[in-house]
Amino acid sequence: MPTALEIYQKLPKTNCGDCGVPTCLAFAMQLANQKVSLDKCPHVSEEAKEFLAASAAPPIRLVKIGTGDKTVEIGDETELFRHEKKFFHPTAYALMVDDTSSPDERKQKIESLKSLTFDRVGQIMSMDMVGVRASSNDPATFASVIQEVSSQTDLPLLLISENPDVMSQAAKAVADKKPLLHAATPENWERMTEIAKETGCPLVVHETTSLDNLADLTEKVKGAGVEDIVLDFGTKNLGDMLRNLTIIRRLSVKKKFRPLGYPTFVFAEGNLNEAGIVAALGTMKYASLVAFHEVDVPLMYPLFALRQNIYTDPQKPIQVKPGIYEIGSPTPESPVLITTNFSLTYFTVSGDIETSKVPSYLLVADSEGLSVMTAFAADKFNAEIATDLVKECGIEEKVSQKKIIIPGQVSRMSGKLQEKSGWEVIVGPRDSSGLPKFLKDRAI
Amino acid sequence: MAIEIPIEKWTGKIGEVVIGATPDEGGTRTKKILLGGENALPFLDFEGELPHPPVIGMEVLDVVREDYPQVALEPIQDVKDDPARWAKKCEEEFGADMICLKLISTNPEEEDRSAEEAANTVKEVLSAVGVPLFIYGSGNEEKDAKVLELCSGAAKGERCFLGLAEEAAYKSISVASMANGHGVVAFSNLDINLAKQMNILLTDFGIKKENIISDPLMAALGYGLEYSYSVIERVKLAALMGDAMLQTPILCETTRVYNARESFKEDPALGDPKKRVIFWEATTGTSALVAGADMLIMRHPEAMALVRKTVGQLTGGGS
Ligand code: B12
Ligand code: SF4
Repeated sequence: MPTALEIYQKLPKTNCGDCGVPTCLAFAMQLANQKVSLDKCPHVSEEAKEFLAASAAPPIRLVKIGTGDKTVEIGDETELFRHEKKFFHPTAYALMVDDTSSPDERKQKIESLKSLTFDRVGQIMSMDMVGVRASSNDPATFASVIQEVSSQTDLPLLLISENPDVMSQAAKAVADKKPLLHAATPENWERMTEIAKETGCPLVVHETTSLDNLADLTEKVKGAGVEDIVLDFGTKNLGDMLRNLTIIRRLSVKKKFRPLGYPTFVFAEGNLNEAGIVAALGTMKYASLVAFHEVDVPLMYPLFALRQNIYTDPQKPIQVKPGIYEIGSPTPESPVLITTNFSLTYFTVSGDIETSKVPSYLLVADSEGLSVMTAFAADKFNAEIATDLVKECGIEEKVSQKKIIIPGQVSRMSGKLQEKSGWEVIVGPRDSSGLPKFLKDRAI
Repeated sequence: MAIEIPIEKWTGKIGEVVIGATPDEGGTRTKKILLGGENALPFLDFEGELPHPPVIGMEVLDVVREDYPQVALEPIQDVKDDPARWAKKCEEEFGADMICLKLISTNPEEEDRSAEEAANTVKEVLSAVGVPLFIYGSGNEEKDAKVLELCSGAAKGERCFLGLAEEAAYKSISVASMANGHGVVAFSNLDINLAKQMNILLTDFGIKKENIISDPLMAALGYGLEYSYSVIERVKLAALMGDAMLQTPILCETTRVYNARESFKEDPALGDPKKRVIFWEATTGTSALVAGADMLIMRHPEAMALVRKTVGQLTGGGS
C-alpha cells in the first residue's frame, strides 16, 4: 500500500468534501489505512485509480489452479521469514506421468496417490496435483491421455509441453478444469499466451538464461493479456535454485518488483533422495510448486511433515480442544488418563491408547497448545490445572473409580495432584509408546 | 531488463572458531577445522563471505543402551561397544569431520562409570582418530564437573570443545575448558534470549568468544522443527545485523530424530523405516543448515552422506 502522501499526490486536491471528509489529505490518510474505498471520491482520475489498484495488489500474485475443493492456491506470500508473520500458501506437490507410458502404468501411478494420503496430527496431508508430460509431442496422443488422466483423478492438472500445437488441443479438452500450462518460452510465448487466454488457464513462464530475461518474458506475457503467471527459471543445481528463489522473493516482497511477483515452480530432478532434497529446500525457501517424476512413501511422508511444520502459524501451535475424549467404548470401570492439548501430543497418546485396545477416557488439559514437557516447564500443566480439569469436565460422573494415569515425565506432580483432587494418581510410562503394555498389564 | 540483485548489507559477522589442534599447535590432530566467519545468510554467496563450508560430524556414545533404535545400530553394530573403533569408523568409513563423544555412561542414575574411566575413553578415542573431538558429559551437573575436569586434562592441548554448558550449570565446565585450552558448547533451550544470555554468562566468566559454539537445540522434523528453524533464523539475522553477543557459530544435532518414533517405527502405511529415517534425519539436518547452522552432529552415515552431497551442491556451482 502506498503512503498517504503518495496517494494525496494523485487526488484532485480541491478539498471539495464530497467524499465525506473535509480534505483530500484526510481522505488520503483514510485510504492508506484502508478505512475507505477510492470510489467514495467522485472526482478521482483514471490514472489515480490504476495507480492505486496496482499498488494495493499483493506483492506476489495469488494463482489458482483447478476448480472446486481441490483447487490449489499458490503465491500471495508477504514475508521472507516465517517468524515475521507466517507463510500462507503451502508448497504444492505434483506427481507427473508421461503420455508415452502405458495406460496401466499411468493408472497405477495415479492410484498410488491414494496411499500417499495421511492424517497427521489431525491434518490431512496428500499430493496436490497430477502432471502429464507430452513426451510423444503428438497433439492427438497428448489430448487423449490428458482426458484419460482427467477422468481418473479429481486433482488439478499440470500440462507439460512446449509445443503450442500439442498444448492447444489438450488445454481445450480440459479447459473447464483450469489446469496449469507448462510452459511459455522465449520461442513460443506468443502462441502459448494465446492458448492460456483462450482457455482461461494459468501459465508457467519458463526462461532459463537469467532472471533478467525471465522478467522480460513475464512482462510480454502479461502485456499480451495473461496475468496468472507462474515462474520457472530452470533449476540447474541446488545452489542456484536457492539463490534464485531468494532473489525472486526479496525482489517481490521488499521492492514490489512486479515482473517477478509471481509464484515459483521447480522440477524435483535426480534420484529419489535427491529429488526429495530439492523439494525440502523448495518447501523451506520459497518454491510454490514442486513437480516430481517419482514419489515414494518413506520420502513423501517426511516431506509432508516438513511442509506442515514450515507452514504452521508461529503464533499458534496446532492444537485440539481440551476436554474428555472417549477412546473405544469406555465403561464406568475404564481407565482415565490425562495429557495436554498440543495436537502432536494428543494424537500420539490417543494413538497409543487405541493400539492397546483398552477402552479409555483421555482427559485433555488446556496447555495453550504446549506439549506435556514444555507445558510442565512453563507451568501450563500442573497439579492445579489437572485438578480443575478433573473436577470440571464431568469425568467424575462417568466413572466409578477415581484413579488417574499421568505421563511419566511429570511424576513430580503426583503427590500434589492426589492431595488436591482426591483421586488416586498412577504414574504411567514416560513415553506413551509404553501405554499398550501398561494398560494391558494393569487391571484398573 | 537488468534487475538489481537485492543484496542485504549486513554489518555483523560471525566470529571464526578453530576446532582441534595439529602438532605445530601443540596437539595431535591430523586436521583442524575452521568454523564461522560468515557475513551472509546461508549459501547466499552473492551477498557476502562464506569462508567455511558447514562442518558435519558424528556422535559416538560410550555406551549403547537397549533403547538405541535398531535402524541406527546397523551401521555401527561391529564397533558399538568400543568408542575408539566406533570413532575410527566414523572418520575413515563415513567421512565425519569431527567426533562428538558423549560420556553418558558416567550418569550416576545409570551405569555410573567413573571419571577416570571416561578420561581413558577420551584418550583412546583421541589416539584412534585424527579429526577433532567434542566431549560431552551425561548432563548430571555434579558428576559432569568431575568427569569433564579429568577429560579436559586427558585431552590437553587438543583444542576440544566441552559440553554442554547450560544456564544453570556452566561454571565447572568453563573452568575445565579454560584450564586446558579447550572451548565450550553453550546450550540454550529454543530461545533467542537464552542463547544470548548464555554467551553473556560465559564471556563474563572469562571465556573468550572465539572459544564458544552455540547449540540452540535442534528439534526433529515433525517434533518442533519449526521452532528451532525460526529460532536459528532469528539468531543468525540478529548476529548479522550486529548483535555481538550472538555472533558465535551455531551447532545443531540431528539426533533427536531417533526420539521421534514416527521417523522409524514399523508401519506399512509409512513405508520402509530405513529409507524413512535416513531422509528424516537428512531433512532435519538440511533445514538446520538452511536456517543458519554452521555445524551438524549426526547419527546415521547415510543421512550424513546425503546432507554432505546437498552441501556440495549448495556451495558449488556458482550463481
Ligand atoms: C518444541 C519444544 C518447545 C516449543 C513448544 C512446542 C509445543 N507446542 O509444545 C517451544 C519453543 C515453545 C518450547 C518452549 C519451552 N521449552 Co521446550 N521443548 C520442545 C521440544 C524440542 C519438543 C517437545 C515436543 O513437541 N515433544 C513431543 C510431544 C509429543 O511430547 P510430550 O507432549 O511430552 O508427550 C510425550 C510424553 O510426555 C508422553 N505422554 C504424553 N502424554 C501422556 C499421557 C500419559 C497418560 C502417559 C502415560 C504418557 C504421556 O508420551 C508422549 C510421546 O512420547 C522439547 C525437547 C524434546 N526433544 O523433547 C523441549 C522441552 C520440552 N522444552 C523444555 C523447556 C524447559 C522449555 C521452556 C521452559 C524453555 C524456555 N526457553 O523458556 C519453554 C517453555 C514454554 C513457554 N514459556 O512458552 C524442556 C523441558 C525440561 C523439563 N524437564 O521440564 C525440554 C525437554 C527441552 C530440554 N531438554 O531442556 N519448547
Ligand atoms: S471527494 Fe475527492 S476531491 Fe473532494 S475532497 Fe474528497 S478526495 Fe478530495
